[in-house]
Amino acid sequence: MEKRLLLGDEAIALGALHAGLSGVYAYPGTPSTEITEFIQKNGKCLHSRWCTNEKTAMEAALGMSYAGKRALVCMKHVGMNVCADAFVNSAITGVNGGLVVVAADDPSMHSSQNEQDSRFYGKFAMVPIFEPSSQQEAYDMMNDAYELSERMRLPVLMRVVTRLAHSRASVVVRSDVRPENSLNPDNGRHWILLPAIARKNYIALIEKQSALARASEQSQYNYYEKANNELGIVACGIGYNYVKETEIKLPIIKISQYPLPEQKLKALAEQCQEILVVEDGQPFVEEQLKGLGLNVNISGRLTGVLPRTGELTPDNVSEAINNRRTSLPPTPHLVPRPPQLCQGCGHRDVYAALKEVVSEFNTAKVFGDIGCYTLGALPPYQALDSTIDMGASITMAKGAADAGIWPAIAVIGDSTFTHSGMTGLLDAVNDQANIVVIISDNLTTAMTGGQDSAGTNKFEQICLGLGVEPEHVKVVVPLPKNIEDIKQTLRDEINYKGVSVIIPRRECIQTFRRHAKEQKK
Amino acid sequence: MKRDIILAGVGGQGILSIATIIGEAATKAELQLKQAEVHGMSQRGGDVQSNLRLSHTTIYSDLIPRGKADMIIATEPMEALRYLDWLGDGGVIVTNSRPFVNIPNYPDDIMEQLEALGHSGKNIKVIQNDIEALAREHMIPKSANIILLGMAAPYLNIIKADELREAVGKVFASKGNAVVEANLVAFDLGMGINLL
Ligand SMILES: Cc1ncc(C[n+]2csc(CCOP(=O)(O)OP(=O)(O)O)c2C)c(N)n1
Repeated sequence: MEKRLLLGDEAIALGALHAGLSGVYAYPGTPSTEITEFIQKNGKCLHSRWCTNEKTAMEAALGMSYAGKRALVCMKHVGMNVCADAFVNSAITGVNGGLVVVAADDPSMHSSQNEQDSRFYGKFAMVPIFEPSSQQEAYDMMNDAYELSERMRLPVLMRVVTRLAHSRASVVVRSDVRPENSLNPDNGRHWILLPAIARKNYIALIEKQSALARASEQSQYNYYEKANNELGIVACGIGYNYVKETEIKLPIIKISQYPLPEQKLKALAEQCQEILVVEDGQPFVEEQLKGLGLNVNISGRLTGVLPRTGELTPDNVSEAINNRRTSLPPTPHLVPRPPQLCQGCGHRDVYAALKEVVSEFNTAKVFGDIGCYTLGALPPYQALDSTIDMGASITMAKGAADAGIWPAIAVIGDSTFTHSGMTGLLDAVNDQANIVVIISDNLTTAMTGGQDSAGTNKFEQICLGLGVEPEHVKVVVPLPKNIEDIKQTLRDEINYKGVSVIIPRRECIQTFRRHAKEQKK
Repeated sequence: MKRDIILAGVGGQGILSIATIIGEAATKAELQLKQAEVHGMSQRGGDVQSNLRLSHTTIYSDLIPRGKADMIIATEPMEALRYLDWLGDGGVIVTNSRPFVNIPNYPDDIMEQLEALGHSGKNIKVIQNDIEALAREHMIPKSANIILLGMAAPYLNIIKADELREAVGKVFASKGNAVVEANLVAFDLGMGINLL
């Protein structure tokens, strides 16, 4: 036993390593990135390299599980949308070696485009969900999650939120490390999801639900803290901490494992007049509780006692429990300080050129994507008309061009392009869409801290392979001295009727500095 | 005893290393600790903050409730003011006085607002210094944030100043002797500001 100061993400990583992890498969995304980075630094598993996207990660992990070994998949919440097909179907096939999927949600959208709640995916796929309330639980749960996964032969979803993922606390860790599973492929036919087999599997999955419910009732992570009060609390994950912070003695059911432990909840309902549901994210438990037909008032985010959007805080939970709003003193005269592109960043030069060329064509629309270059939407450039999800720049530009918009320009980063842009480019080529795609290649996945980018050194080949005409795949160097050249290239390609790809390529200034420092050492 | 500290600044100014050092000292002193950090988008030159909670007893919330912080340590004066709602009665603000102007509409009365606080009858103590000028003057330009930590040290109470000093040495040890020395000089400089 040893005490270590760990981020929630690091506690998950170490918990997985101590549980006999053989491989982690992940695509970076705040607030999940540090899990994989920790394993890359500290683990000796068979696999820990970054994957191209969350779907390839999920499927590769399922392959490792098929082979009998324990695998981990990590992503930010929106990554669940990308891997949903594989995730949902992995519950139908079931697993062999333990498989844990970590989804890191970002209520309040500190670094995200939405605040979707991954617990819905767990329920949708009918798999067990773990939701730790502390870094210690996050560590301890990994072992239990792998045990449960192998016992039930199902993937387990571990849902965390930013405030756990990115908060440090001391964690007591075991000194013994469980050995990895040996290679032991599962030769069963249930891995082949032909309808006749899938139907049987689906029935088997439904039949597992009562065992999962029992596991939740008995889970050491779900407990009933008894106290005498008309108001009872159902506190999920870190919501529990904010309730305890109030120091008010209330009957609490703490929930950190799903499906919901209905018996426990019924017991609480018998003791109370009202139940306040304290959960971070969307009203997942509150909605289900309303469906249980309990004879109590149920309040929470849906009733407005807690805010419908944004993360839980000790303040909004305390206000909900005390049933009063505190009025805040007038704040000082301040202004916001939004993030911005670094000085010396190549994306700046791309936008400087693009902005001027776009102003020459008053019907031009620029479809953006997700990465550091999304900051081009803010002043001083304000160069983007849309940003939706990874890859959407190319496909939206294509659809807009189909509708008659010209010039239709897509701006996408190198990592985003390999994550989800390539297939869209193939559509554009096949339809001979009249678009210009700018792949702003800084040789890294910068937004999430500079991870390796899957397509580095391969972009021209990829575009040519997908069928873009060789004379319309152009590489430029985004530097202030080249602005005029870049502008001319943009004009030329806008005037070409078909798919053009312009690749401004210069290393990210942050990774450039880091590499220079490493060389000095 | 319990100390709740908000660390604030602009992405890249080094508030997380201040947190790491306090964390190191707190762990050594066997205190309970929780420290919520900001990673991701805002680290690109946006405002960043970290909630650091130290206690002899169990800490539940990773976030500090409004009005409960004992101290704000800020590497930038406007960022110090941004978390004023969190500071409790009798709280201390330890801040760099040099603005970091990377936005077009930076208010020109930040230092007046800060100074007014000291006289607002709210029982708030403001300790400020241009740590960047001081760091340059002493040829330790990269250690301005540690000067700030030195300025804050006497008010932390739950950790002794020499325990913090020791943690400075430990955290920078892997970067070599010269770096450790520079940061110890910075820490002592910061401590000295309080004695004036
Ligand atoms: C589905 C999904 N996965 C992950 C992320 C997190 N994410 C946002 S931007 C980004 C990196 C983009 O890298 P790149 O396209 O190379 O652009 P750069 O930041 O380097 O400019 C990642 C991983 C996300 N928003 N959505």
